Amino acid sequence: MLRYLVKRLAVLVPTFIGVSIIAFSFIRLLPGDPVALLSGERVMSPERHAQISHELGYDRPLVVQYFDYLGGVMTGDLGNSIVTKQPILDQFLTLFPATLELSICAIIFAIILGIPAGIFAAIKRGSFWDQTIMGTALVGYSMPIFWWGLLLIIFFSGILQWTPVSGRISLFYFFPPVTGFMLIDSLLSGQAGAFKSAVSHLILPTIVLGTIPLAVIARQTRSAMLEVLGEDYVRTARAKGLSPFRVVGIHALRNAMIPVITTIGLQVGVLLAGAILTETIFSWPGIGKWMVDSVFRRDYPVIQGGLLLIAGIIMIVNLIVDLLYGLINPRIRH
Amino acid sequence: MLRKLTFAAALATATVLSGAASAKTFVYCSEGSPEGFDPGLYTAGTTFDAAAHTVYNRLLEFKKGTTETEPGLAESWEISDDGLEYTFKLRPGVKFQTTEFFTPTRDLNADDVIFSYERQFSADNPWNQYVPGTSWEYFAGMGMPDLISSIEKVDDMTVKFVLKRKEAPFLANVAMPFASIMSKEYADKLEADGKKEQLNQMPLGTGPFAFVAYQQDAVIRYEANPDYWGGKQKIDDLVFAITTDAAVRYQKLKAGECHLMPYPNSADVEAMKADPALKVMEQEGLNVAYLAYNTTQAPFDKVEVRKALNKAINKEAIVDAVFQGAATPAKNPIPPTMWSYNKAIEDDTYDPDAAKKMLEDAGVTDLSMKVWAMPVARPYMLNARRAAELIQSDFAKIGVKVEIVSYEWAEYLDRSKAKDRDGAVMLGWTGDNGDPDNFLDTLLGCDAVGGNNRAQWCNQEFDDLVSKAKTSSDKAERTKLYEEAQVVFKREAPWATLDHSLSVVPMRKEVEGFVQSPLGDFAFDGVDIAE
Repeated sequence: MLRYLVKRLAVLVPTFIGVSIIAFSFIRLLPGDPVALLSGERVMSPERHAQISHELGYDRPLVVQYFDYLGGVMTGDLGNSIVTKQPILDQFLTLFPATLELSICAIIFAIILGIPAGIFAAIKRGSFWDQTIMGTALVGYSMPIFWWGLLLIIFFSGILQWTPVSGRISLFYFFPPVTGFMLIDSLLSGQAGAFKSAVSHLILPTIVLGTIPLAVIARQTRSAMLEVLGEDYVRTARAKGLSPFRVVGIHALRNAMIPVITTIGLQVGVLLAGAILTETIFSWPGIGKWMVDSVFRRDYPVIQGGLLLIAGIIMIVNLIVDLLYGLINPRIRH
Repeated sequence: MLRKLTFAAALATATVLSGAASAKTFVYCSEGSPEGFDPGLYTAGTTFDAAAHTVYNRLLEFKKGTTETEPGLAESWEISDDGLEYTFKLRPGVKFQTTEFFTPTRDLNADDVIFSYERQFSADNPWNQYVPGTSWEYFAGMGMPDLISSIEKVDDMTVKFVLKRKEAPFLANVAMPFASIMSKEYADKLEADGKKEQLNQMPLGTGPFAFVAYQQDAVIRYEANPDYWGGKQKIDDLVFAITTDAAVRYQKLKAGECHLMPYPNSADVEAMKADPALKVMEQEGLNVAYLAYNTTQAPFDKVEVRKALNKAINKEAIVDAVFQGAATPAKNPIPPTMWSYNKAIEDDTYDPDAAKKMLEDAGVTDLSMKVWAMPVARPYMLNARRAAELIQSDFAKIGVKVEIVSYEWAEYLDRSKAKDRDGAVMLGWTGDNGDPDNFLDTLLGCDAVGGNNRAQWCNQEFDDLVSKAKTSSDKAERTKLYEEAQVVFKREAPWATLDHSLSVVPMRKEVEGFVQSPLGDFAFDGVDIAE
């Protein structure tokens, strides 16, 4: 187990370097000069342009810039935003809890609804329910996030007025972030109604961000379940006279869960990508919105730093998922 | 550490807030996050709304709802006979804000003014690079480093600016956000504590609202400054709820989650006007969109050709298609809200037949040209591609073939400057300081050829008028000169002037006292909420 872990961690290093090269060079392949964008329509004189490029180090050869950057990353210094001038790591750490909170809620929502729906569809294979669930999942999977989000806002916040439109908590509540997770901070604040307000603000973004993972998980659960239900040992279990609940819930489910867990692990990337749009619609102050703003401003250091951190998170989550297999299936214990 | 400090301040205020349940809180659904809170460092209007118009004041201020200046922190000023020395008398008894993070011990004086300016142009000033990579872009963009020779303290309450040349727009520049006056005492304390960067994170000034806390990309909180020299505000707290999507801002406004929002989608404006809970204010913005011919390249070097093309463009159709009517066709290079706008000028009427004939008379047949369309939406042109397509079909009617070209935005700005560039470039401008010089000389002066002057148009008659106006401090004379310059512009037609967009501000019915700024600012001093 330990050897496996060390091996996996060792592989992370070259992967991480590869990501840093891609992040660094892709942004520079994009047309658009960050220095010129600082002045917009107002023309910057060539001398001034040269001076600012020099101050920011953009006049040096790309290789030098890259190694300088990599050196910084190794010592935990991702540099400063050229627009806000703030350290990137500080900004990331301030904003990441908001994204994490939303992502966790979304994946829990997707699992709680997706797995039972998939199992139910598998048991009732070919029935009206199966077709309804799978049809809905297909629609959910194909739903453009931006449109879906606006639709929910207009219906639930605009017309029915059940949920707030956007933000993380009512502006009436005002307390210092302790953990950065609004659900926890609102409880810690001790202010009456704060937690309720935080929950009500989470509902729509959770649904929007969780929709695609929900659809994927439901479909994956159904097909994995169908496969397992056809296995000999399930037939044996049934023949033994076990209750259908034990057969499906204990014997079949445990094996069917392996591909489902992989799928859930892979949703991390989907969640972080979906967060970009979801956060923009719901004015959710997380890293997705931060990255979008930076791309428009050609804020090189933020884009490359953000990409690197996000890639790092995805790699680590995938590692954790791989390790989790062992807990579920002793045959692939390392 | 810094974050902890902010939170401590926030916590203290939170206690106050929850204690006073009847406090009047005004919520503004702002369109984006401020880049920082030192207005000198940035160029974006979003940043100025959050920092310059709340926390700070300037020596001169723009009179509400106009582009004219009035006394701000300077009570009065004198200009020497040679026009090179500006002596400002400061307003006595102006207090800096007392906040959780700083308590001032003295009133505003000349040191604060000198500090605020000097840091922007003196490389030796310890605050010149207090944020790494600082370029003081707006100060430089307005040509201040080449203009100011020195700033002197005459006495505690008097400051003298010595200029290198006569320049009348200087007074308007002094009222711009980048020229906000900071507290030197606060800066000194931050320097002593080794926390210089805090000047850009926890601002402190003399303005109507004092900064309380900023939660990144989410909420900015201010409270009314009880010591404000202009009197205490009617509202107690001001909150910016950052909401980037216009459709979501509208929903928040409808749901009563905010009182006022900027930049609505033009498709929503009709519904907003029909909503009994809302009201909508409209004003012509301080902007212009134009199509700049390259006047150095054949056949666009001929006035007749440019005039003919101008007559072929149906501006009303562009305004309807791109803005759903939230814009007016432009006839002059400066917008109607700006002083010296020449009302008497008659626009080229849309007349394809006459245009076709003019082209033939000029000996131009089978003309193919490029029309450049910006890749981004700008306030003065929401959809350049759509406008270019309309122009393409307009020109087709007079036998001119158009190829529409576009580049990535920074690339577009750069390539369109080239003197030998082909075709006509669509672009526009939003005024900085409300001075006509900021349009006429900046965009059409001979010095700007190869830069902001995308028409590459250098007309001696026009340039003389504009240069003369720049050095005169007599406003009546300047007005006359600019009016004449507009006549020359119309006659020579270096641009097809396309539109001035309206700035539309929807708000809740109960909002009182909000005044739209032609400069596009959102400032909330004087605002109230009816019970």
